[in-house]
Amino acid sequence: MKDEVDNREERVANLKGMGCARKRVEDVRFTQGKGNYVDDIKLPGMLHGDFVRSPYAHARVKSINIDAAMALDGVVAVLTAKDLEPLSLHWMPTLAGDKQMVLADGKVLFQGQEVAFVVARDRYVAADAVELVEVDYEELPVLIDPFEAIKSDTVLREDLEDGADGAHGPRRHHNHIFLWEEGDKAATEEVIDSAEVVAEEMVYYHRTHPCPLETCGAVASMDKVNGKLTLYGTFQAPHVVRTVASLLSGIEEHNIRVVSPDIGGGFGNKVGVYPGYVCSIVASIVTGQPVKWVEDRMENLMATAFARDYWMKGKISATKGGKITGLHCHVTADHGAFDACADPTKYPAGFFHICTGSYDIPVAYVGVDGVYTNKAPGGVAYRCSFRVTEAAYFIERMIEVLAMELNMDAAELRRINFIRKDQFPYQSALGWEYDSGDYHTAWDKALSSVGYDDLRREQAERVEAFKRGETRKLMGVGLSFFTEIVGAGPVKNCDILGMGMFDSCEIRIHPTGSAIARLGTISQGQGHATTFAQILATETGIPADSITIEEGDTDTAPYGLGTYGSRSTPVAGAATALAGRKIRAKAQMIAAYLLEVHDDDVEFDVDRFVLKGAPERFKTMKEIAYAAYNQAIPGIEPGLEAVSYYDPPNMTYPFGAYVCVMDVDVDTGTTDIRQFYALDDCGTRINPMVIEGQVHGGLTEALAIAMGQEIAYDDLGNCKTGTLMDFFIPTAWETPNYVTDHTETPSPHHPIGAKGVGESPNVGGVPAFSNAVHDAFRAFGLRQAHMPHDHWRIWKIANDLGLHD
Amino acid sequence: MIPAPFDYYRPTDIAGVIALLEEHGDDARVMAGGHSLIPMMKLRMAEVPHLIDLQDVAGLDGISIEGGTIRIGAMATQADLIDHAGLAEAAPILREAALQIADPQVRYMGTLGGNVANGDPGNDMPGLMQCLDAQFTLVGPDGERSVAARDFYEAAYMTERADEEVLTSVSFAAPAGGYAYEKQKRKIGDYATAAAAVQLGKEGAQCTAASIAMTNLSDVPVWSQAAGAALQGTSVDETAIKAAVEAALADIDPTEDNRGPVAFKRHVAGVILTRAIQSAWARA
Ligand SMILES: Cc1cc2nc3c(=O)[nH]c(=O)nc-3n(C[C@H](O)[C@H](O)[C@H](O)COP(=O)(O)OP(=O)(O)OC[C@H]3O[C@@H](n4cnc5c(N)ncnc54)[C@H](O)[C@@H]3O)c2cc1C
Repeated sequence: MKDEVDNREERVANLKGMGCARKRVEDVRFTQGKGNYVDDIKLPGMLHGDFVRSPYAHARVKSINIDAAMALDGVVAVLTAKDLEPLSLHWMPTLAGDKQMVLADGKVLFQGQEVAFVVARDRYVAADAVELVEVDYEELPVLIDPFEAIKSDTVLREDLEDGADGAHGPRRHHNHIFLWEEGDKAATEEVIDSAEVVAEEMVYYHRTHPCPLETCGAVASMDKVNGKLTLYGTFQAPHVVRTVASLLSGIEEHNIRVVSPDIGGGFGNKVGVYPGYVCSIVASIVTGQPVKWVEDRMENLMATAFARDYWMKGKISATKGGKITGLHCHVTADHGAFDACADPTKYPAGFFHICTGSYDIPVAYVGVDGVYTNKAPGGVAYRCSFRVTEAAYFIERMIEVLAMELNMDAAELRRINFIRKDQFPYQSALGWEYDSGDYHTAWDKALSSVGYDDLRREQAERVEAFKRGETRKLMGVGLSFFTEIVGAGPVKNCDILGMGMFDSCEIRIHPTGSAIARLGTISQGQGHATTFAQILATETGIPADSITIEEGDTDTAPYGLGTYGSRSTPVAGAATALAGRKIRAKAQMIAAYLLEVHDDDVEFDVDRFVLKGAPERFKTMKEIAYAAYNQAIPGIEPGLEAVSYYDPPNMTYPFGAYVCVMDVDVDTGTTDIRQFYALDDCGTRINPMVIEGQVHGGLTEALAIAMGQEIAYDDLGNCKTGTLMDFFIPTAWETPNYVTDHTETPSPHHPIGAKGVGESPNVGGVPAFSNAVHDAFRAFGLRQAHMPHDHWRIWKIANDLGLHD
Repeated sequence: MIPAPFDYYRPTDIAGVIALLEEHGDDARVMAGGHSLIPMMKLRMAEVPHLIDLQDVAGLDGISIEGGTIRIGAMATQADLIDHAGLAEAAPILREAALQIADPQVRYMGTLGGNVANGDPGNDMPGLMQCLDAQFTLVGPDGERSVAARDFYEAAYMTERADEEVLTSVSFAAPAGGYAYEKQKRKIGDYATAAAAVQLGKEGAQCTAASIAMTNLSDVPVWSQAAGAALQGTSVDETAIKAAVEAALADIDPTEDNRGPVAFKRHVAGVILTRAIQSAWARA
């Protein structure tokens, strides 16, 4: 026990605690192909499931004939809604208070909808049998446009009682889901009506998809002897899945074990509950054998949760000097065939009302109309907190449009409207309390880092050269300043299916001074095993390398609401710090006992407790851990364990300043991103390297969304972007170089001051890329052009502005 | 993404391949690199009960340059085309085009024979072969014959090749003068929004020969004789280029897809062709 290093700096380095760029411990197995994903799970006697899916976006299912499929050698079962009905599992509740067909019950409402579930000896037989299931459809009129759907006579959801309220209040039309409002409508309208300057614009954030590298899947195994169901799956919230599975199936919760193994990316796509999960469970119960279901890429893109699809009509008012006086927003939200949005129960539009952004806007109103259409359900937060990226895109476009209206520099307009440092904690007009921020400092740092004034000069020269016919390339400077709202959330107003959105951590220190900690969250690439160990290292004095982090097995991990919405660090990270402090408190008593002094006479120092004023007298955490298990200490229980459940008092509000410099070829619509600067303030920084990795990844997803990625449908509701040939995923070739930077404004209410960062780059990145495209054409009067800015749409901007004449 | 069941064959000579093709007729297909065929089988857009792998068939590979004639075996991969130093010198346009096909992984598998036999209007090599006035050698039950690339394509996925024939090689005269293969695509691994292959001959300040072909702008590759004619005898100045582009645009017939509407494609086709002509002329 005497191998401890005495040099304090070395002891700190040895700890690999907070602030250190510790290498990701997960990467050892991931980079060697040794991860363990759902599809790697192979159980004895396992059967394979595959779906018959609807080729139509809207049709009546007149009959389903399974005879030929059942006759194929190796087919064990073909499930249809009729088989699920006696179990009341042909429909299931959605996270948004709606219900959704598990298998087509009389009709289909989107292309790719699940119609029948084939269970077979192997994956190949299952695919062959899918072809043999004969479904007789009668096509119905298709509604793709939400503005048309909300007026159409065609009833999409015949299961809903006409005129009855939905989960979020009155429905004013059979294809209407809810109207959700926040803010003072009358006061906002009054301010806007009497304002000196008003800018009005329709801003569309198109439908896209999280498209994780690993698609969704599950393996269900019902052990009929002991009555236990084990469910492996790509779940971002395994504990909630267990509770839901218990409520739906009637199996007692202690008899269900849900395991999320390694997950190859989630980005919100793996929050919801999909028919594949339910069908594999039922199939395992029916057949008595384990059943695996793993969707392919096309199924993932066509049928699992999409993101965005918000039509945001905005009005923003200001004084002639550019001081914003009010903001009005009406959203038409296309939710697809079922309302399966993953939002906290009370917020059917998520946290969209963060849309006043980083600006001190005295009065505001938001109204969101949810609408049914013949598209896939979903509406998840794709690498963002609930609808926050829509909100950020909306306000950052409105600011640009207002700057045009005012004939003002958009950077300056932002600066004069930022919430000032001394205004925090800041109450927004739409009801949020921003915890901390220093926007002016971040903005000034960003603008000076990119040489903003020089960029504007160069841009003006380029416009002149273009007008003289010397170049066909324009230059755009895309600005974005965003404020996120993450870390859902306080149990008093945040729940998912009734479960409060706290999170948890349980720690066991082993006698030899190493530890295991289990959390209610689940990493999908965020690097929890690396960063949570760093929090604990700093809090407990046990080196990060001696701490195992485990998540995702509901039999062993404490209950938690999972990982999405940048909530792991704000919520589970806080629980981890607090559990660590409980360990430390007990360790202090043990140390004092061992040193034969009073508890208050010792103090914590990196990896030990030292006698105040006599640091040469100390007990290391290693010694303390050993003593906890081997000595009878009066008044203290043996062992060294702690558990903490954390209900956050508030959300956290990370922010950042991004600048994108882009050249745009007006003839071909191609773009070249010359420079991208990203300053992030995520409060206390746990691991700068992991932060940088998250920022790079998030920016690349933002690039994808802004510049090409979409889920598009034709008039008949056929999904046109069902493969990676058409659904844009950038490769290293398309990805620009990123320069990252930071300021550090800790959260005042979080135990370690951390705010979360995983989603900031997506929230702030999309407006930066999009604003760069818009800005390139500002000199020619472009106000708004909808994303994605792929080649032909950029070409169309130029064409519509007469730049090809 | 799981293909329908199929039987797999791996013959070692052409006779074996042809025997299988004769036996199974429509139900059989040869497979070269498989990077067009396998995706179609997985999507169940192509059902191939009898799949004949050409990988072990003798005599289908190799690149030879003799007496001004270049002959490339059908099984030469796109990576082979890129790596062959002699070819890069004798017909640099091949390397330039091959480097713009798909990504390195695909290029290690995808073959020249598969690319030209496939009949997908998105493939880059057919237009290029028309530009170079290449001949395709086909071997079938009745022996060997040769078909000009410019006569080979009938419609999307429909070619002059009979079901029981195998394309064994491609040959063409080593091109002279300036060249360019220009391609606009949405991302790495994408087929062309528009692409143009241009070979120009030059004597003094005059264009003596011009061959122009375009890719993915019709249901077949488009070799535009009129576009070439518009450049011949000119100094390839702005007026001549305009005339050539106009002629080429009269020969293409693009359709709308996710890459964009027809007007956009026509516009980009003009821009890409202009750039290809300028670049080829600068190199001539
Ligand atoms: C992601 C991706 C991106 C791609 N991008 C491009 C691109 O940008 N440009 C481009 O040109 N191509 C592209 N391709 C296609 C790629 O180049 C293919 O490999 C090529 O088109 C076909 O070659 P293959 O050897 O793979 O042929 P296969 O897939 O094996 O065969 C294709 C067809 O040709 C027939 N065939 C093959 N060889 C012969 C022969 N010797 N005789 C008779 N018939 C034969 C087959 O029966 C089949 O019908 C892409 C492919 C992928 C997967």
